[in-house]
Amino acid sequence: MIVLENVSKSYSAGIPALNDVSLHIEEGEFVFIVGDSGSGKSTLIKLLLKELEPTEGVITINNKPLNKIRHKQIPRFRRNIGVVFQDFRLLKDRNIYENIAFAQRVIATPTKTIKRRVPMMLSMVGLAAKYKSYPAQLSGGEQQRVAIARALVNNPKILLADEPTGNLDNHNAWDIMKLLDEINQRGTTVVVVTHNLEIVKAMKKRVITMKKGVIVSDEQMGDVRIGEGYED
Amino acid sequence: MRISTFIYTLKQGVKNIWRNKVFSLASIATMSACIFLFGLFYAIVMNFQTIVQEVESGMAVTVFFDEGLGQEQIDEIGAQIDKRAEVSQKVFVTAEEAWEDFRVDYFYGAEDMMEGFMDDNPLAESSHYEIYMNDVSMQSSLVTYLESMEGVREVRSSAVAANTLTDFNRLIGYVSAGIILILLCVAVFLISNTVTTGITVRREEIAIMKLIGATDYFVRSPFIVEGILIGLIGAAIPLVLLYFMYSRLIVYVADKFIWLSNMLKFLPVNQVFSTLVPVSLILGVGIGFVGSRLTIRKHLKV
Repeated sequence: MIVLENVSKSYSAGIPALNDVSLHIEEGEFVFIVGDSGSGKSTLIKLLLKELEPTEGVITINNKPLNKIRHKQIPRFRRNIGVVFQDFRLLKDRNIYENIAFAQRVIATPTKTIKRRVPMMLSMVGLAAKYKSYPAQLSGGEQQRVAIARALVNNPKILLADEPTGNLDNHNAWDIMKLLDEINQRGTTVVVVTHNLEIVKAMKKRVITMKKGVIVSDEQMGDVRIGEGYED
Repeated sequence: MRISTFIYTLKQGVKNIWRNKVFSLASIATMSACIFLFGLFYAIVMNFQTIVQEVESGMAVTVFFDEGLGQEQIDEIGAQIDKRAEVSQKVFVTAEEAWEDFRVDYFYGAEDMMEGFMDDNPLAESSHYEIYMNDVSMQSSLVTYLESMEGVREVRSSAVAANTLTDFNRLIGYVSAGIILILLCVAVFLISNTVTTGITVRREEIAIMKLIGATDYFVRSPFIVEGILIGLIGAAIPLVLLYFMYSRLIVYVADKFIWLSNMLKFLPVNQVFSTLVPVSLILGVGIGFVGSRLTIRKHLKV
């Protein structure tokens, strides 16, 4: 599903943000990517979204090498990937129904489908009763649920979550993680970048640890799984 | 494009205008000023052209013949003049007719003063051709030709009047084109500023759209709509204003300056506006489109 082969990314002449990283994530997996600031986690997410181009190496998603995707094809490629951010990135001037519907409107989904799909997503994240609320009227946890609903409304095969619990208290952080796990159980591949090691340990999922642009460990919590091409 | 997407794009364009009210108003005002001046100059130039054409059509070149020239030779000269493309009409005036006209013009009401002339025609050698032209700017070349003809004693023309009218009309055209061009540049600049502000305000929304998988076209369309709408509104307002002003001016001049209305005949409102309305609207939409397109290329990398 997601394959990185000897991928490097340098922003300038200095230390590369990613250095010869190789990685395989299978369809339906739940993977945590952990590491300190500057370890290359965010660069990895941006590369997966084709916001950045690798300096070296090849990234393949859904059997499609990203370097073969032309500029005009990027929107269609991104429709297969849902993204969730630490700061939620909701549109403050629209209620949560409109925020989720917005994700469908931008890909020209028929109104009939939007009217059916948005309430379904709101129910899934447990916010059906608050569909008229504006982001400012919701708690951090609720806002993140809306962001997840928006990321999933177009039925992507992959969900990328960049520090989804970074702005949440412990209780809300757990709720979000449970929700992501449920989504994964339904077949969506979930990749979560996080600092929250307590949750990572408790979830018992595959954990990729990065440091200074390289993968230093790749293990399945419980029974250790050696990732292909991982480096010390 | 789906109808729902089209409506969504249109709504977003209107919202953009509403969000940047001050900038949008400034753009609309500049565009209005631009189209107003364009309309004003257009109406002036159109009316002036009509006046010039009327004056030109009544302006004649007069050709006098050598003394004692026979009728056959005069007819020969007439045949040569007829061959000229710039000549629309040629009238032969005999010496008797010339004297008759003179008497009517200068001795009307004082016929007793004419008695001294008896049957003597003081204008005996003044039979001539009056030549009317299609295009008065060709007058000097026609005069040169006529002067070179054998049997022609004198050619009289009002070259100065003809040239002045043509030059003045041209001057109005140049001045108005210059002013309109400057205003068009200002309008494009202001629309560009408005769209830039819109892009800045919606930067986060644009980023989300891009991540969700919106096409470049979808992201850009509302800003193009915004520019076009500003251009359209900016063109429509002065057109309405000019329509009422022009209609009232015609009535006012006809009522208050009857003596002037004999000399100045305004073109009917419909004749001026049948061209002015589509041209102005196309101009407004065009400027709006160009202004927003240029800005998007510069500031909206999707």
